[in-house]
Amino acid sequence: MITTSRLTKKFGKLAAVDSLSLDIPEGEVFGLLGPNGAGKTTTINLLITLLKPTSGSATVNGIDVVKHPAEVRKNIGVVFQEPSVDDLLSGKENLEMHAMLYSMPGELRRRRVEEVLELVELTDRKDDWVKTYSGGMRRRLELARGLMHHPKVLFLDEPTLGLDPQTRQHIWKYIARLAKEENMTVVLTTHYMEEADLLCSRIGIMDHGKIVALGTPKRLKHEVGGDVVVLKQEGFDRSCLKGLKFVKKVKVDGDEVFLTVEHAHENLQRLLSAVGRVRSVEVREASLNEVFLKYTGRKYREEEEGAEGGWAERTMNAEAQRD
Amino acid sequence: MSELEAIYAIWLREFRVYLREKERAISSIVSPLLWLFAFGTGLGASVAIAGVNYQLFIFPGIIAMTLMFTSIFYGMYVIWDRKLDFLKEVLVAPLSRRDVFLGKMLGGVTDAMIQAAVLLMLAGVLGIPVTSYGALMALPAMLLITVCMTSIGLFFGAVFSSFESFQLVMQFVLWPMFFFSGALFPLENLPGWLASLTYFDPLTYGVDAMRGVMLGMGKMPFEIDLLVLGVFTLVTLWMGASAFERMGKI
Amino acid sequence: MAFEAGKIYAVWLREVKRFTNSKARIVSSMGQPILFLVALGGGFSALIPGFNYMAFLLPGIVAMTVMFTSIFAGVSIIWDREFGFLKEMLAAPTSRETIVMGRILGGATTALLQGVLMFVLGMLFTGVAVPPLANILGILVLMTVFSCYLVAAGIAIASVVQEVETFQLLMNFLVMPLFFLSSALFPLEQMPAWLRDISSLNPVSYAIDGMRTLVIGTSHFGLLYDFGVSFGILAIAFAAATYFFNKTSI
Repeated sequence: MITTSRLTKKFGKLAAVDSLSLDIPEGEVFGLLGPNGAGKTTTINLLITLLKPTSGSATVNGIDVVKHPAEVRKNIGVVFQEPSVDDLLSGKENLEMHAMLYSMPGELRRRRVEEVLELVELTDRKDDWVKTYSGGMRRRLELARGLMHHPKVLFLDEPTLGLDPQTRQHIWKYIARLAKEENMTVVLTTHYMEEADLLCSRIGIMDHGKIVALGTPKRLKHEVGGDVVVLKQEGFDRSCLKGLKFVKKVKVDGDEVFLTVEHAHENLQRLLSAVGRVRSVEVREASLNEVFLKYTGRKYREEEEGAEGGWAERTMNAEAQRD
Repeated sequence: MSELEAIYAIWLREFRVYLREKERAISSIVSPLLWLFAFGTGLGASVAIAGVNYQLFIFPGIIAMTLMFTSIFYGMYVIWDRKLDFLKEVLVAPLSRRDVFLGKMLGGVTDAMIQAAVLLMLAGVLGIPVTSYGALMALPAMLLITVCMTSIGLFFGAVFSSFESFQLVMQFVLWPMFFFSGALFPLENLPGWLASLTYFDPLTYGVDAMRGVMLGMGKMPFEIDLLVLGVFTLVTLWMGASAFERMGKI
Repeated sequence: MAFEAGKIYAVWLREVKRFTNSKARIVSSMGQPILFLVALGGGFSALIPGFNYMAFLLPGIVAMTVMFTSIFAGVSIIWDREFGFLKEMLAAPTSRETIVMGRILGGATTALLQGVLMFVLGMLFTGVAVPPLANILGILVLMTVFSCYLVAAGIAIASVVQEVETFQLLMNFLVMPLFFLSSALFPLEQMPAWLRDISSLNPVSYAIDGMRTLVIGTSHFGLLYDFGVSFGILAIAFAAATYFFNKTSI
């Protein structure tokens, strides 16, 4: 459904996307993870034809993004990372305008507007100006807008950033259902490991414009080597682990012992029998956080404060200049 | 921190901002020049008032306009400061709101006076016959105008909370004050009811005082102009300071 | 070029809705032109004897209303970029020409509404007689062309100049000079030669001259020139708007 071949975008000397080659089959929910400035948003902007690549090529639904951008745009839906709804129109008017831009016939338009408003729970606020919406409400409206024309490929740039956990779960469910029912291909970037883990059939971790790891969440987690078991025991003796093949790594730090263990839940009993009496034991399941840390050398910050503040400031600037 | 030092600190911040925002300074020179040259010569070719060329007649008015616009806009930028939380730091500092107001006010007066001085010098270069004696004599009136207008601006800045109010103040305060101050034409030309309203416009006295010392065309004695303008200024100073006392965060 | 009527309508509708949604803004944006008309007209009528200055000024003030609304409508792309809404339009399966066309028509519709409203109000104020039907149609055509090319020019500028900060500069260095250095305020015949030459190069002068001819019958350039220049500028501005908007980025 999406293919990129040596796709590159340079801003001056800096390659924001560096010779990226990817293949995303139809119906897949693909997650792009990476630290800030890794090139996720640039990659999406290239695929949705808002930026032209410096070199390389990409196709969406078999259509070349450079040669036929208008055709590509007919096949996609986008939910941008930064707010992009019109604050002087009502929520409903925003959706109607979107439907017209995507040539949706009148009857379908009316039905979908109601449907997506219901989904994001904005029905009772649909006639209010977007200006009066909270940040979370705008986000939901935007999501509704990106979904309403049921595109073949849906691009979601941080779809649930700034939403409360309940709405987030709600949206995940809907995205998963849409992908399945409509056989929709979804490409999303996210900061929430949980989101990527739950939603994505495959994940690509990006850093410095390149994909540094690619695979199903399960496989990626497996590659890190398994779960971590932390024991507290004085006078720990390594030799007692002899013969336990599921223990991959041992690290001792004072009276704390860090063991990398495959399938910790099943092997915990055997491990403890071999080690003997301990003061405490803690099992840390392998998570995408570890995967991320391993490939990018950076910890994942769950929430991006900077991005939000930046947006608020720009909004204010623009508002000040309006009059 | 002594009170004077605090006021100085606030003034210094404003002055630094002024020096950095060159676009703002340049644009506020351009529009008076447009009025002076496009407007002044456009009408000046055929019109003279009491034997004085029209362009020269409006020159004191244009200086007053520069002072007024620069001062009021400066004051209203407080809305911006409050939105962006620049002001929070100052408001939690151990100094009275009255001192914050004074520091801000002096900052605005400095900006506006520099603008007016640049305009006066440019006028000399561009051939408008203004003597340096006339300009010096006009200084007290100019100072009173900016103190009065900056206080009005700061008052609006403290009272209003949305940027839309810029537009409103512009239309319902700035332009009327300018048009009905005698800056552009003798007020006798206006219909009676409107002419009597102009007595409530502080700028009327400022323009009259400036025109009196610069061109010898004052309608009222210089001292009376200054006195009335002074009273207006005291009232606006009090309004601005007390609005600052009550000002909250947006 | 590819135009899609349904989508042009969508873009047009958005512009018009944004306008009608803010009724306060419609009313408040009429304040400034009315004030200009009353103050300048009232103030100068006595200075320019033997001549109905109010009537002369009316088309100029109507043009001012149309100018401000049109250029603002065009330049508002800068804010759409800032607020992110431009991305929504650019990512939609809609040709750039369609968006430009929709925005020009939308901006022109709002400007035309403002202009007509100002015309009617102005006629009440100045007592100018209602022109014959053919003239009214002529005025509407000219106003439409005038406003379309200004929106287009605004779009072209906004596509190149991307920062909101430059907006204030644009207003001061472009819009105000275009207005002041035109036939809006004073008869070209009475201007000094240098000002008349500049005004004759300013396309805005022709639109105003044409409207004035159709309202009160005094003409400087002749209707043929007035319409010819206006349509010519429209063609150029439209080409520039589509060209630069095609190249604009988010």
